[in-house]
Amino acid sequence: MNKRNSSARFEIIRTAVAVAIAMLVAVVIIFSVSEEPVNALYNFIIGPFTSLRRIGNVIEMACPFIFTALAVCVMFQANQFSMIAEGSFFFGALCAAVAAIKLPEITGLSPIIALLIGTVAGGILGAIPGFFKAKWKTDEFVISLMLNYVALYFSLYLMNLLIRDASAGSKVSEKFQDSFQLINLIPGTRVHMGVILSILMIIIVYVFLYHNRWGYQLRMAGCNIKFAQYSGINTFAVILGSQIIGGCIAGLGGAVEMLGIYNRFQWTSLPNYGFDGITVAIIAKKSPKLVPIAALFLAYLRIGADIMSRSSDVPSEVISVIQSLVIVLIAANSFLSGFRHRMLVKESMKKPMVEGGNEA
Amino acid sequence: MVGKTILEMQNISKVYSTGVVANQNVQFEIAEGEIHALAGENGAGKSTLMKVLFGIETADEGKVILDGQPIQIKSPLHAIEHGIGMVHQHFMLVPSLTVAENMMLGLEPKKHGLIDYRRAEAFTREVAEKYNLPIDPSAKVSSLPVGLKQRVEILKALSRGIRILILDEPTAVLTPQETEELFHQLLAFKEQGNTIIFISHKLGEIKQICDRITIMRAGKCMGTYDVSTVTEQEISSLMVGRDVILEINKKPVKRGEKVLEVKNVSQMHGQKKALNDISFNIHKGQILGVAGVEGNGQRELVNLLVGKTFVTDGEILINKVSLRGKNVKKIRQMKVSHIPEDRMIDGAASEASIEENIISDKNEAKYLNKGIFMNWKAIRMMVDKMIDYYRINCDSLRQPVGMLSGGNIQKVVAARELARRPEVVIANQPTRGVDVSAAEFIHGKLLELRDEGTATLLVSADLNEVLGLSDDLIVMHDGEIAAYFKDSAQVDEKELGMYMLGSEKMTKEEMGGLFDE
Repeated sequence: MNKRNSSARFEIIRTAVAVAIAMLVAVVIIFSVSEEPVNALYNFIIGPFTSLRRIGNVIEMACPFIFTALAVCVMFQANQFSMIAEGSFFFGALCAAVAAIKLPEITGLSPIIALLIGTVAGGILGAIPGFFKAKWKTDEFVISLMLNYVALYFSLYLMNLLIRDASAGSKVSEKFQDSFQLINLIPGTRVHMGVILSILMIIIVYVFLYHNRWGYQLRMAGCNIKFAQYSGINTFAVILGSQIIGGCIAGLGGAVEMLGIYNRFQWTSLPNYGFDGITVAIIAKKSPKLVPIAALFLAYLRIGADIMSRSSDVPSEVISVIQSLVIVLIAANSFLSGFRHRMLVKESMKKPMVEGGNEA
Repeated sequence: MVGKTILEMQNISKVYSTGVVANQNVQFEIAEGEIHALAGENGAGKSTLMKVLFGIETADEGKVILDGQPIQIKSPLHAIEHGIGMVHQHFMLVPSLTVAENMMLGLEPKKHGLIDYRRAEAFTREVAEKYNLPIDPSAKVSSLPVGLKQRVEILKALSRGIRILILDEPTAVLTPQETEELFHQLLAFKEQGNTIIFISHKLGEIKQICDRITIMRAGKCMGTYDVSTVTEQEISSLMVGRDVILEINKKPVKRGEKVLEVKNVSQMHGQKKALNDISFNIHKGQILGVAGVEGNGQRELVNLLVGKTFVTDGEILINKVSLRGKNVKKIRQMKVSHIPEDRMIDGAASEASIEENIISDKNEAKYLNKGIFMNWKAIRMMVDKMIDYYRINCDSLRQPVGMLSGGNIQKVVAARELARRPEVVIANQPTRGVDVSAAEFIHGKLLELRDEGTATLLVSADLNEVLGLSDDLIVMHDGEIAAYFKDSAQVDEKELGMYMLGSEKMTKEEMGGLFDE
């Protein structure tokens, strides 16, 4: 068993144990607060599978998670801790909504154009902290976090200015033109074309990171930026590019969500998909391959919690306990490291020593 | 005449979290009042064993017996309580504080709740006098030369009532004169009935001052011997399992045309002139050595040559093309290779795999790409060959580089830099902290390239290396070239030390040969 495999296996075991512990804590909480814990638990765990519509709910919720998590994967792999996925997602959604209301309809091409506009919008927003970091070494974390609010209020301003439905009682936009809406894939659910797009995006991001030289350069700069500079890799391009790409993916995700699920723009605050994307990316260990699993898992928890709160006396907030526990346990490097060390000692002492292959 | 056993380590085993077995059933025993050498290649487990003894690492198995009593050493504080002190290879001092402040760190004498500096200085002076190691207690540590910094470390250990002193490769950073002085001090310390554990892989030094030697190899103890009865050849064969050629065999130099020209280069570093009017040439098939105490402009010079910083004052030409305005990538395209000073900072990405580390400079090359995709098949074939050719000891080419030993990481760096048939090699400390066989291997590769016509600049703090490997030699001091020796093989180490420390400097006329056409 080579070392890379054994450590990958250990990471999977560790994630599984973290999830199991978090679930156990959730069960304990449910039992302590609920008067009908069995019913609540049933709805929480089995609930999401009880109908096609509910399974559909899980899938359609996972879809935006996948986009934002992929955006986060790209940026985090480059060691750029930009939080812009949130703002790009929102801004991308708004721009796609404007396009879906204002642009003339072109048969077959309409949604593609709107999605592209959302992508570009997200990318432009992502470029701002990226450029400041690359040029003046400002902290992308702080800038992107602040910029998210700029994106929120600027988007709401544009909504008000350009597409607000004056006849509606609340702050919503006019309805999208029909041809701009994404096609529904499974009747009886809201599972839309965007799900296919998200799968496509996973493949694209994976291939980009692991089978393309720019993706390779991005990862190397993320591993050790001095090493990248020493090797002649253009780290300015990596810092800026990774954040533009991240912004684009998140912007596309926002556009997909808007045109797939809604028929008018109705958000008045940040929907939090960007931050959920960080959660998913961390559970997936920044690996695009694992993003769909992590996204489906989080969506399943959310839908389960939602069903539970509607059909029992347990509020859906329980889910945030699980979520934070999972993250804390996964992010804690030393969690289970003692177990791993004992495993290693046992394995290594059996192996004959390779001369010169050890380190003091 | 060995005194009574003072300390025993029995069956020590230590496995690191990377799966590396650093110590396997090691037996180690020292007697009162001796200087005991602990020798072995890098990666043999010497440092680990001493870290266990000093409480920095905890052994997975085995026990430590001091004065016949088994003891548990859980932290360095514990070790000090038991009278065991350690001077690390990399000094653990606060550079911005004074000598006295460093000495008293953690035990500051207080007066009205404030630190009593006068008492701290008096105490420092007292300890310095007692052990005859004079030092200025009010000097800032950052302003001291390396030898004195080490003295502060030693005094710090002694002031805490140490009777067993561990020295981890103490001479690695010292000039020949400073080394001599250290040895005097160590012998005096021994006269007072104390015990010293001297970690080293310099056989000459071990012969000079040690009573007994314990040799380690690949995490195991190879036995303890009386230094007076064991020969250098025997020690080295126990260390590496075969006779190391202590002298570097090389063919006579065949100088070709000029490849690298450095003309009147100066460089500011903050307010200080880091380089002052440096000029030299390197020809095809020549290795020019750069000796000097670290921090005398070598790093700045290398940074200019590889494009990390830009030439502003003066001119550097490679094959008649100026480096002005050229970045790292462009200079690399001029077939310049660079073995960096610190492999873990610049030379490698430790989380990335061996293959990813080896292609970092050539990932854009046509033969490693298929359109927009990387051609992993071609990459793996190439990397497989390099692993074979450079004898990199690893499980697979997908193994993260950080899991390899220092010597093997350095071989990965060397493979990347030297296998591309460079015209110019800038080798900065190419074998620092690697084991003897890896160092020998890298030396061999550098000489191979030289014989094929590569121009090499070799910067090294290891005098053996820089004298043995280079054809001619410059000495840098305070940003200037202090001396030039036409034939490195004829250089006297004592004389070299004078130039390195700046007590002498050659005139332009004396260095005439340096500017030969």
